[in-house]
Amino acid sequence: MIAKADNVVDRPKYSKKELIGDHPTWCPGCGDFSVLSIYFKMLEKRQIPHEKITSVAGIGCSSRFPYFVNAHGAHFLHGRGVPFATGVSLMRPDLHVFMFGGDGDAFSIGGNHLNHAARKNIKMTYVIMDNFVYGLTKKQTSPTSPLGFKSKTDPWGAIDQPINPMKQLIATGATFIARTHSHLPNHVMEMFEKAMDHDGFSVIECLSECTEFYPGAFDAANPRKGGIYNLVPADHDVTDDLAAFKLAGDTFPGNFGIFYQVKRPTKNTLEGELIAKARMKTENAGPVDLLNRTFQQFA
Amino acid sequence: MIDERLANAAAKNAGGSAPTRIQDTVIRFAGNSQDGIQAIGGFLARLAGRTDKDVMTYMTIPATISGGPSIYQVRLGTGEVLSAGDDVDVLVAFYQHSYKDHVGTLRDGGILLYDSDNVQPDPAEKRYHHVGVPITSLTVEAIGGTAKDKGKNMFVLGLIARMYDLDIPKLEAMLQGYYKGKGDDVIRNVLGAFHAGYGYSVGEVAGTFEFTPGAKKATKQIVTDGNQAIAYGALTAGIRFGAGYPITPWSSIMEILRVELPKYGGIFVQTEDELAAVAMACGASYAGYLALTGTSGPGISLKAEALGWAVMAEMPLVVIDVQRGGPSTGLPTSVEQSDLHIACYGAHGDAPKVVIAPASVEDCFYTTIEAANIAREYSVPVIVLSDQALATRVETWDMPDFATLSHELKPDLTPRGPNYKPYENSDTGIARHAPPGTPMVDGKYPIVTGLEHDEAGHPASRPANHVMMVAKRRRKLQVLASKLSKAQTYGPSEGNVLLVGWGSTQGPIREAVEQARAAGESVSALHLRYIQPLQPGIEEVLAGFNHVFVVEINDEGLYGFGQLASVLRARFCDPKIRAINKTDGLPYKVREILTNVRERLQKP
Repeated sequence: MIAKADNVVDRPKYSKKELIGDHPTWCPGCGDFSVLSIYFKMLEKRQIPHEKITSVAGIGCSSRFPYFVNAHGAHFLHGRGVPFATGVSLMRPDLHVFMFGGDGDAFSIGGNHLNHAARKNIKMTYVIMDNFVYGLTKKQTSPTSPLGFKSKTDPWGAIDQPINPMKQLIATGATFIARTHSHLPNHVMEMFEKAMDHDGFSVIECLSECTEFYPGAFDAANPRKGGIYNLVPADHDVTDDLAAFKLAGDTFPGNFGIFYQVKRPTKNTLEGELIAKARMKTENAGPVDLLNRTFQQFA
Repeated sequence: MIDERLANAAAKNAGGSAPTRIQDTVIRFAGNSQDGIQAIGGFLARLAGRTDKDVMTYMTIPATISGGPSIYQVRLGTGEVLSAGDDVDVLVAFYQHSYKDHVGTLRDGGILLYDSDNVQPDPAEKRYHHVGVPITSLTVEAIGGTAKDKGKNMFVLGLIARMYDLDIPKLEAMLQGYYKGKGDDVIRNVLGAFHAGYGYSVGEVAGTFEFTPGAKKATKQIVTDGNQAIAYGALTAGIRFGAGYPITPWSSIMEILRVELPKYGGIFVQTEDELAAVAMACGASYAGYLALTGTSGPGISLKAEALGWAVMAEMPLVVIDVQRGGPSTGLPTSVEQSDLHIACYGAHGDAPKVVIAPASVEDCFYTTIEAANIAREYSVPVIVLSDQALATRVETWDMPDFATLSHELKPDLTPRGPNYKPYENSDTGIARHAPPGTPMVDGKYPIVTGLEHDEAGHPASRPANHVMMVAKRRRKLQVLASKLSKAQTYGPSEGNVLLVGWGSTQGPIREAVEQARAAGESVSALHLRYIQPLQPGIEEVLAGFNHVFVVEINDEGLYGFGQLASVLRARFCDPKIRAINKTDGLPYKVREILTNVRERLQKP
């Protein structure tokens, strides 16, 4: 369970300034800037020391994220960020593992990893910056591009049914599923904190506009552009997967907030229990003893 | 080899006289995969370990889920056993098809021991001795009909124990220990069948034998297969995280590690696919533990991209590839040495990795430890190229000294800096990443990355930087090469013919050298454990011979050279290097190697 870092007292309070890494390579107006600055704000608010943070990413515009944060991080392969982050999370319970990526990483090339990290309930927070388009490769159809979206690979308009991220995540067994929009920083911050406090695989789909290749994609959800920002109804039972699934079926811009949240033991905990049991059974024997015992049986 | 002694023995012992002394023997059990013939072989192998004998086994398993013909060949002997044997001294045939398919492997004067309830051999055949035993009905008689076909293997074990005068108390203790958990009924049946077999006086027909007493071995002997050796090598080396996906013949390594790692405080994850397995292992290595992943055939193709990342990000990683017949799904349960090129070159870009190949079951253990040590020291992925033959064969080897070999690795979280560079362009090129959790004295935190980067880890595509970093990643392996032991020949370091091999062919190649030298031919061998980088001294060795043949279980390729042969020709530009290849999915027989060499010497 992530709590406030225990060694806060020993260190001078640190600010956003110390968390800033490389200058972002994103285009002006990119929605990802907002996600980055909210990440800084949250780390500052929680006073999580640099060395306790690990930001992992795959490939894509949003996946440049780790370079822009002055904390430990890894820039891995397209689609494989989630299993990489799983390795970090399982072996290092002392770290806060954040995974950043886009819709291509999450729902296309790495789609299956999302399913399995979710069902295994790996402790990490996964922020999917969904812009409905492939931006880094300059405007091809993405798995979340709406029908009719004109891209370089669908010049006549997309014809393949897009993935509904909320529906998919509910089906996979993720234990925390939320949806937000980078234009509303306070809401993003609230989802960020709740996701981080969730003991399990927490996923946030954050609509994040690509001003270069899909400008105006999310205007319908932006009150400042005349859109409507529908919060998940206050009476929605977040433990009810069927209700969440129904909510996820609403037409765009749909709803924002926590769709689904349940408690289920994490793989981190379950593996810890396996280790504890095995250690008890072997009476905490060291590796040399264990190996000698086993090899006696081979003699 | 026993030569004519068995036949003589059969005649001599017809009256039940004293057993004949033999140096070694090759027994092939042929039946169906559900008959438990692997169990017979397994017990014989373990008994060998406990009675100071050497053993090597060879088995085939059908690539089907259940059933199908299967064999298990055991070669037991006093002194060093180098291969599973070309010809069979005793063939135990359970069925007509076992007899028909395998009688060709029986040497002249050998013994065909068949289940007369199921097999009708050709009575006119006089090439070998016929010994029919109603195995099925006698087993049923011994333990009752309820077990149906079960127990025949134990009856046969009893027959063999009688024929070869094996240590009965030790065998009984082993059987009792092995079946301990299965209940008294099972143990009673097992021993019942065993004693019935032992009591059957096959000796009157086939003769009895005893092994020449060997020197008492100084070290306790253990018996494992190659996959066990790799799994426990990993645990010994301090590997505490593994991830993998089931694929034959790698799976048993992951099964062992899944059960064993928690005892050592570690975790093994069965992942959704091969890509996730290597990614997770990269993550765990990044987290500061040395991680392992492994696979066979198709899986190594899938892992290639992430191996390139590990080269680029300079992440230590141990990758086990238990080779099988390829390409594609290929021959899942057959041996082939055809992954050498993908292991060396299988990632896009200039991505030098370390590749080492174990030569025997024992070497599987030590190679895995060495792979772990190299991976840590040089921050590189290291591929261990085992194969199906090593994975499934059983050998006796010396009990390792775990107190000196065992490592316990923990993430090094000591504060770094100031001016810490995760990718420092040092003289050796070697750099070590700071795992997450490491405080940075100057407050600047590093990113590990697959993008080309500068020394600090920032993305950098400047031409001069790429030139520098590519060279740095290559230089590490050159430094490693300079520290490897010098190449040594088996047999004299100069002569007429040099056989070069790698991996599981070491045994038959050495036996070929022994046989050739015994016949007065000048033949030596060089076995390469380090495939990439190559160790020093090879050039000098090659210079000492008139003919060089690289013996491999892979295709001769478009230009007439196998995979290692191609590497060696490219490296040494020596036209003397020729190739001996085969692609039948079976381990080399000593005879095959010698015949090939002799034929090629005829046509220069």
